[in-house]
Formats: sequence, structure tokens, C-alpha cells
Amino acid sequence: MSRKTLTIALMDPPYESENLTTAFRILEVAARRGYHINVFAYEGAAGLAFVRQTQHPNPVHGKDVAEENHPTTKDQVAALLAAAEQSGGKVDWVNCGMCVDERGVNEFVPGTRRGSPADFHAFAEASDNVLVIPTK
Amino acid sequence: MAQYLLIESRDPFESNDVGYYYDLAKGLVEGGNQVTLFLVQNGVLPARPSARSAALNALARNGVTVLADDFSLQERGIAKLAEGVAAAPIEVVVEHLAAGHKTLWH
Amino acid sequence: MPKKTLNIVESAYRAVMEEQDDTILWLLAAMQVAGAEHTVVLRGNAVNYAVAGQGVPGLTVGEWKQTQAPKMDRDVLDLVEKRKIPVYVVAEDLADRGIERGELVPGVQLLGRTALPGLFAEYELVAHW
Repeated sequence: MSRKTLTIALMDPPYESENLTTAFRILEVAARRGYHINVFAYEGAAGLAFVRQTQHPNPVHGKDVAEENHPTTKDQVAALLAAAEQSGGKVDWVNCGMCVDERGVNEFVPGTRRGSPADFHAFAEASDNVLVIPTK
Repeated sequence: MAQYLLIESRDPFESNDVGYYYDLAKGLVEGGNQVTLFLVQNGVLPARPSARSAALNALARNGVTVLADDFSLQERGIAKLAEGVAAAPIEVVVEHLAAGHKTLWH
Repeated sequence: MPKKTLNIVESAYRAVMEEQDDTILWLLAAMQVAGAEHTVVLRGNAVNYAVAGQGVPGLTVGEWKQTQAPKMDRDVLDLVEKRKIPVYVVAEDLADRGIERGELVPGVQLLGRTALPGLFAEYELVAHW
């Protein structure tokens, strides 16, 4: 059976929407199956792979940084890339360049890259399927 | 005949637009297509038996496969499901995508 | 004396997995530590936060695993028991969603929709989240 290629477009910014939790669950399954995955991170989602995200303590939970082990989306992006590679697939994660510039989030997780709507078009043309997860 | 996966992340308690999406599922089935409605996030809230779950039951009776994301159900403490709704893992979404079924998110 | 504040919370499960709590309930708890005097009304979908026995083990992406996934029933109990923040739940919103009183964590108080305006008079500030 040929290796599938799926494209997912994301729009939500990190830490504000459950859409991203579901998106990462979908991407994780695809990665485990060794699929080739294209991600077009548009608008707020361009911050998902911003590499300067840091964990923080949580005084309300009474936990320090290690105990809280706060999830960062940049760690999830890096883990996704590693999981896909381990299964023989690959992830082409494109951060919309203009979205990145206006937000100042232009330092990415290694293995992700800057791109444009032309990349999303190319992804759609080359994929077995496309899922757009819009913001609301 | 085409196959569709309609993912519904919204719930009818907060969004009137959910009715539009349910109607879309029904219309696609009436057009001779195979349709799965996958409830996720707050979209699973009407899967708990209530007055609002009747619409899901009606869709199931009309031939729509109605599934509710098991993770979202557990996250919200929903154990008992309305008639016509079955719990399903997120793998279902990837299977539909891989099979080339047209997949929409609302 | 701090200003008594009534907080009507309706947004639910929006970012709880990513933040490992609800950002509004977290903010109110943190402000209470700083001396604020808050009361919470859970309405709309947020009434589901009071349902006992909810929560997932955590998100997994490859080798990365979430270890401190949220449990919103636990956080509601924390508000009531540890922080002494009164928590009301709108009864009609529970009924609309098929949630029985017996499914809720202890300590939350039921409030009818028609009783909400009367509650406003007891507070200097009212916020709708």
C-alpha cells in the first residue's frame, strides 16, 4: 500500500483553543502510521512552532516548573516531527511568513520552515486529502 | 456516491449554526451519499441524553453515522450516550482522510 | 475590604488541555490569593465543569506525554473547599444538558436563572466571562 500524504491547515493560536488539542491528536495518529504530513500554520497557528516558548510554574496549582510540566506547542511540534520520522514518514510544517512577521514569532522549531499560500496550494495538489481546521 | 466526514466541534447549546451542519449531513445522505458525523470537543455535549440529543437520533435514523470522540466524552465525564450515537476514537478521522473521503470541520 | 465580585463563567473547555486548567477559574483563584473576593456562577456549557468524574489521562504526541492533564471537577472542588469561593451552577443549564444534580461535585449551589438578577445586588462588580 502506498504511503498516504495528508495536509492539515491550522489557524488557531497556541493556548487558546481546543482545536489544537484535537489537531495534534489527528496528526499523532497520522505520524504513527508513517504518513507524510503537511501542515500549513496560518494566522495565530504560526506561533505554534515558535521556539522561544518556555514552561512556567503554576502557583495556583502549587507546582514548580518541573511539577507543572506545562505543555508547550513547540515541544508537541518537535515530537510530531520525531514520531513521523521514526515511522518512516515526514512532516513538512510551514509557518505562514507574513503571519509570523506580524506576530514576531519568526524563530522556529528546527525542521519547520517559513512559507506562503503557494505552499498550501502545492500541498493540496500533492496530497491524498486535506483537512482545514478553521478558527472561530 | 461520495463519502463524507463532517466533523462538528460546536454544540447546539451555544451555536445555532449546529442546525445548519446537521441539516447538511441530512441533505448529503438524501443526495445518495454516505455521511459520518463526528462530534468532537464541545460538539459531544448533545451526545449525553437530553432534549437536544433528539436531533442526533433523527440523523442516525436518516442514515447518518453519528460518532462521538471518546477523548472529548471522557474529558467531560459523559459515559451514557443518546440513542443513535456511538463513541469512537480519533483514528476514525485519519481513516476517512486516508480513504480520500471529503472531510469538513465545523 | 475588597470589592465583592460576581463572575458569570460560560466559556468551557476552550484551552483547558493546553493550560491544564480553565484560564478564567485560574485567574479568579490567583486573584483571590492576592486579596480579591470572588463568587462564581457556572452557566451555559461551563455547568459541565461541576460534573464529577471527568478528565482524560493527557495528550500524547510521539514520545512527548502530558503529565498534568486538567480535571475540571477537581478544580471546581478546589475553588469551593480550599479557596472558599462560592460556586453556583445554573439549574436550567444543567437540565438542558441532561445533567442530574447527583452527578455534581459536592459544595456547589444550584441557582435558578430567574434568581440571577437578584444575586447582582449583593455584588459591587459583575463580570461575564
